[in-house]
Amino acid sequence: MSTSTSNSVAAASAAVSASRARRSVINKKLVLTLVAWTIALVMFFPIFWMILTSFKTEAEAIATPPSLFFTPSVEGYIEIQARADYFKYALNSVVISLGATLLALLIAIPSAYSMAFLPTKRTQGTLLWMLSTKMLPSVGVLLPVYLIFRDLGLLDSRTGLIIIYMLMNLPIVVWMLYTFFKDIPKDILEAGRMDGASTLQEIFHLLLPLTLPGIASTGLLCVILSWNEAFWSLNLTTSNAAPLTAYIASFSSPEGLFWAKLSAASTLAIAPILIFGWMTQKQMVRGLTFGAVK
Amino acid sequence: MSTLTLKNIVKEFTSGSGASASTTQVIKGVDLEVKDQEFVVFVGPSGCGKSTLMRMIAGLENATSGDILIDGKRMNDIGPAERGLAMVFQSYALYPHMTVGENMGFSLKLAGVSKEERAEKVNAAAEVLQLGPLLDRKPKALSGGQRQRVAIGRAIVRNPSIFLFDEPLSNLDAALRVQMRIELARLHAELKATMIYVTHDQVEAMTMADKIVVLQGGVVEQVGSPMELYHHPRNRFVAGFIGSPKMNFLDITVTGVAGEGVTVRLPDGSERLIPVVSQTEDGASVIVGDSLTLGVRPEHLMLDAQGPFSGQVQVIERLGGVTSLYLATPDGSGDAPIGGLKSDEQSDSGWILMADGDVNSRVGDSIRYGFDTERAHLFTREGLALQNLNRHPLTSLTRQDNSLSSASAAQEARA
Repeated sequence: MSTSTSNSVAAASAAVSASRARRSVINKKLVLTLVAWTIALVMFFPIFWMILTSFKTEAEAIATPPSLFFTPSVEGYIEIQARADYFKYALNSVVISLGATLLALLIAIPSAYSMAFLPTKRTQGTLLWMLSTKMLPSVGVLLPVYLIFRDLGLLDSRTGLIIIYMLMNLPIVVWMLYTFFKDIPKDILEAGRMDGASTLQEIFHLLLPLTLPGIASTGLLCVILSWNEAFWSLNLTTSNAAPLTAYIASFSSPEGLFWAKLSAASTLAIAPILIFGWMTQKQMVRGLTFGAVK
Repeated sequence: MSTLTLKNIVKEFTSGSGASASTTQVIKGVDLEVKDQEFVVFVGPSGCGKSTLMRMIAGLENATSGDILIDGKRMNDIGPAERGLAMVFQSYALYPHMTVGENMGFSLKLAGVSKEERAEKVNAAAEVLQLGPLLDRKPKALSGGQRQRVAIGRAIVRNPSIFLFDEPLSNLDAALRVQMRIELARLHAELKATMIYVTHDQVEAMTMADKIVVLQGGVVEQVGSPMELYHHPRNRFVAGFIGSPKMNFLDITVTGVAGEGVTVRLPDGSERLIPVVSQTEDGASVIVGDSLTLGVRPEHLMLDAQGPFSGQVQVIERLGGVTSLYLATPDGSGDAPIGGLKSDEQSDSGWILMADGDVNSRVGDSIRYGFDTERAHLFTREGLALQNLNRHPLTSLTRQDNSLSSASAAQEARA
């Protein structure tokens, strides 16, 4: 009798503590979800507001307090398209960012390969040095770069921007690929070598397929960084090779600030990369966490 | 016809740079002859250089000096693929993004072999290894044993002149290891290929090898058939390394040297004649009064009420067929680990005696035991053996001689 009572008491207290534990897990989840949503909303709000503004008239755009409910108009879009050909800039952006990314991968893959699989005692130092170049403010080398570009005839050319973006992203691309390659067991490449693979075949048949998620996310990041770069594009291009960043900038100065039109231009400029980013987010996350979970 | 010759192979690694650079020699001049169709096992404790030696043969590592000859041709400057070897890695190193079939056919694909021929060869190898139903699976969908077979299949497809195995069974569980051991032996008999096998497991070495190469610290300690290493170890290291449980050692004094052997005095004051030569292989002679080390394998000790040794049982391991007794000796002699049951004044090392499975000794019992003088070993202070006067009749027996019986054992195991 007493045993059964104590048993049932123990069972009851176990049930209580179990439900308490379950509740605390649920609470924790709820808090985390709320925090995540808050951060996401705060981060997305400017973009949301910009898109909203782009459908307002100029008067509504500067109204205080700002109006949330209004009749949407595409006036801004029509006007900016009349002033400058969006598609020309967009094409430049696509060509330059993809070109820079491909070129960067082409150079970074062999260099990351050698650093990951044939390291010397200077490899770590080289990697750190490469990263340190990212700490240099771009404006510090603007003058020499400008002069070199002028002498080589690269000013206002897509080739020029492709080269400068490639150089700008190369350290990050090499670093990311290096960490992805490091995760590949050396044995697999050695087995490939025993099977008769040359270094190139080793890279193409074994290394690239095995690190594809990593390479893809590196490439995507490189495209996004190139797409959003404004410093060099504003300083080294005028019209022929100007990408979308220059397109937005062109709406900001000459006639004062026209919020609705500027928002329309910005929305158009970020739309492709936003959609691209949204479509590839799975790939990005998979790549960035590649090797983290083993 | 595939032979391998190593001539004075040296491997050095340099670490640091400039004035602080230091060179470590991991292989210190290895000479070796591997005959056609021979199954050679490199065995030694970890860090002895056995894997490095194999990687140099494979071409994955360069030799600092010396010559590597395959079928008489110098291979030092020839790439791994052109050496005509195939290697099975400890981690299997399967290509995770390829199916089993693609894994096995990869070398042929690189060599430009047509798809039909490739499929034919892959299927043939799959048949040998019973991998047929798995050809379309990816490696991650396979068990450890299956992966191992795929790795072996990948090697077979290349039809290499020499197979290299780098600790291929160490990732498998005990039962699978025994099965794969038998399969490898069967494969060796079937393919009639030269095989080199690296392991730290002396049981694998003893059971599979025609010839064992014992390495320690980058030096070859002894090369010989399993029975030769067991019965005629060249030195104390080999004697202790080959055989399980390991050999017991005891310091003794020489009291007589004659043609029929060396007489030694044991701790209890009695004398025994050990039938060994009185000269080591480097010509040093043993004289009366010398201190030597007596080596007796646990299986050559026997319970004997009149025996010269006494000890207290510390641990008993009953395996059914045999029983291992771990004995603490009154004078603390012997260097086998005997576990933690000892009291404070006792040494934590002692002797191991392998007795009959039905022996009824208990922990704490004091027992007397003796040894088979015919099978005892003597080593000088430098660790060199005084060879037994009588060669053991099985020392020249290689595994190939009993390949028939191992093949039938394999069939039994499969049935």
